[in-house]
Amino acid sequence: MSTTVDTLHHEEHHDHKPSGITRWLFTTNHKDIGTLYLWFSFLMFLIGGSMAMVIRAELFQPGLQLVEPHFFNQMTTVHGLVMIFGAVMPAFTGLANWLVPMMIGAPDMALPRMNNWSFWILPFAFIILLSSLFMEGGGPAMGWTFYAPLSTTYSNDSTALFVFSVHIMGISSIMGAINVIVTIMNLRAPGMTYMKMPMFVWTWFITAFLLIAVMPVLAGAVTMVLTDKYFGTSFFDASGGGDPVMFQHIFWFFGHPEVYIMILPSFGIISAIIPTFTRKKLFGYSSMVYATASIAILSFLVWAHHMFTTGMPVVAELFFMYCTMLIAVPTGVKIFNWVATMWRGAMSFETPMLFALAFVILFTIGGFSGLMLAITPVDFQYHDTYFVVAHFHYVLVTGAIFSVMAAVYYWLPKWTGHMYDETLAKFHFWASVISVNVLFFPMHFVGLAGMPRRIPDYSVQFADINQIVSIGGFAFGLSQLIFLWVVIKCARGGEKAAAKPWEGAEGLEWTIPSPAPYHTFEKPPKIEG
Amino acid sequence: MAQQSNNRKIIFRLLLGVAGMFAFGFALVPLYNAFCDATGFNGRTKNEAVAYTASHVDKSRTVTVQFLTHNAKGMPWQFKPDIKEVHVHPGEVKLVTFYAANPTARRMVAQAVPSIAPAEASLYLNKIECFCFNQQPLAANTDAEMPVQFYLDPEIPEHITTLTLSYTLYDMTADANATTVAQTTTSE
Ligand SMILES: [Cu+2]
Repeated sequence: MSTTVDTLHHEEHHDHKPSGITRWLFTTNHKDIGTLYLWFSFLMFLIGGSMAMVIRAELFQPGLQLVEPHFFNQMTTVHGLVMIFGAVMPAFTGLANWLVPMMIGAPDMALPRMNNWSFWILPFAFIILLSSLFMEGGGPAMGWTFYAPLSTTYSNDSTALFVFSVHIMGISSIMGAINVIVTIMNLRAPGMTYMKMPMFVWTWFITAFLLIAVMPVLAGAVTMVLTDKYFGTSFFDASGGGDPVMFQHIFWFFGHPEVYIMILPSFGIISAIIPTFTRKKLFGYSSMVYATASIAILSFLVWAHHMFTTGMPVVAELFFMYCTMLIAVPTGVKIFNWVATMWRGAMSFETPMLFALAFVILFTIGGFSGLMLAITPVDFQYHDTYFVVAHFHYVLVTGAIFSVMAAVYYWLPKWTGHMYDETLAKFHFWASVISVNVLFFPMHFVGLAGMPRRIPDYSVQFADINQIVSIGGFAFGLSQLIFLWVVIKCARGGEKAAAKPWEGAEGLEWTIPSPAPYHTFEKPPKIEG
Repeated sequence: MAQQSNNRKIIFRLLLGVAGMFAFGFALVPLYNAFCDATGFNGRTKNEAVAYTASHVDKSRTVTVQFLTHNAKGMPWQFKPDIKEVHVHPGEVKLVTFYAANPTARRMVAQAVPSIAPAEASLYLNKIECFCFNQQPLAANTDAEMPVQFYLDPEIPEHITTLTLSYTLYDMTADANATTVAQTTTSE
């Protein structure tokens, strides 16, 4: 009893001066919240990455060496969930928080308190998800796509925790999206018309609408899984009149727009960086805006390309095949616009530009393998093989994550007031870009040769390629520690950054000093032209 | 102040959108079912008795109808078709039987769920009578013949020459007991 009282007294003494942590807990400042999101995302990137390391270590040799198959399944499942909902999406929300107000000349986000909430519920979602791994019976093991009946009939009791954590993640993203939309619609500086907004703002504006349209559908899907498993409904249970294939329709109705949620903001980042380092205006600005909008609209019409092997009528397969291929048109418009921007530009190759260039090339490779997967008859060969794994990692790692790294290097001087160590950053780039290709490129070949995904063991003829892949994986994982080092070093000090450290940069965020003051644009800026 | 009320308006509309899309997720269930019933997508059959209404028997064509059975996980019954396949003319009524045996020492209730491949054919297979319309109880260590009486619609497309009717048998004992208990308690 007396010890408790003592500790309480002790704590009061410590608390009488507001400590560092309360600033972060109660902050409503968009820059603070952006920083929180970005650090959280990096932490999740490391956690999700270590799970990938477990997967690659197990797959280093055929046979079962390190982990039980059930644990392997948990690793593939939670790796996917953590990387999508913990790393990529919060990274983009963090960038939106930092950049959208500064780019449109707004003093802050429109709904600062909700902003605080939307960040601070996220750690709880992931504590719930990750702690379920330590429960008896283990965490979710049904794949991040949680197909019924794997998630209903055959799942363990951590499913309830999984559902709850996905609900929280969904609420967080929806709040973030509402905030972005209201900010962009209401807080643009006078003269900042929609068609003058930087591409990053435009792409996030469209992404936010996608989030509002599909995150509730995901919430519905997990709710149905929950009631099927615990409350006796039969949405996905054939014996009760339901249909497990319907799960896939509902899930991918969310799932396909979700992949654009994870790539549209990248398009905005790349559209900011390439003009800066080619010292030219972005080629075809308005076509970029329309291309982004058409990608978003088309994303609702293609979901069943994930389900060609479920036995659909030929007419439906053709419809989904052609709609999917149609998306290559607006995406191609973007790629050509970036190339046209570089054409005869005065290019220089600082780290953000290197990542942006790698993005353009490697994301296009991911786009091409996507086109291959869209062809219904050959999809029967590729479906559920490592070819699919190679495809979506090209799109998400060398696509989404490379764009986030490009963005961090590009705006780091603005955030910290220091230049990062260019030599070290270039080292990070080359280590990443080489290892990532050693990691993912050979997966195309084992996939075509028939190696199935999500299986802890494989036939011996795949052994050599899997060893190469695993070595690439370990190297890519370690390379990210260089990134951490560069960012910490830059935050701590370094060469002073000018207000506009990149001579070719354009946009309102470069008109304010570096580091960006805690409050900016309290009086709206004047926008010329 | 104008800003504030303007914010509210947008937030309200966006929240309406969120609620609407959440509802839409659930609305996909009846939409999907209606879509499947209308198109035969997914090989579901009309799970109700149909009266014989065929205008004629098309003696010029013969369609092979194959039968498959599966037991769902944890279902211990023996369950198999008495004949593997039959050849029928469109419009002709056929009666086939399935054999089911409950080898356990307790009374059990089963439900069979049909599915047809190719899915397109499900629109043309009409069941006049089927054991899958109702739950089927079997006492401990007993067996039974379970009939299906069906005909193919003469409109069935020419290119369908073979179709497969498969049944998955589910153990419904727990659910059946629950409903009986509920019924007896309400009647008391
Ligand atoms: Cu898709």
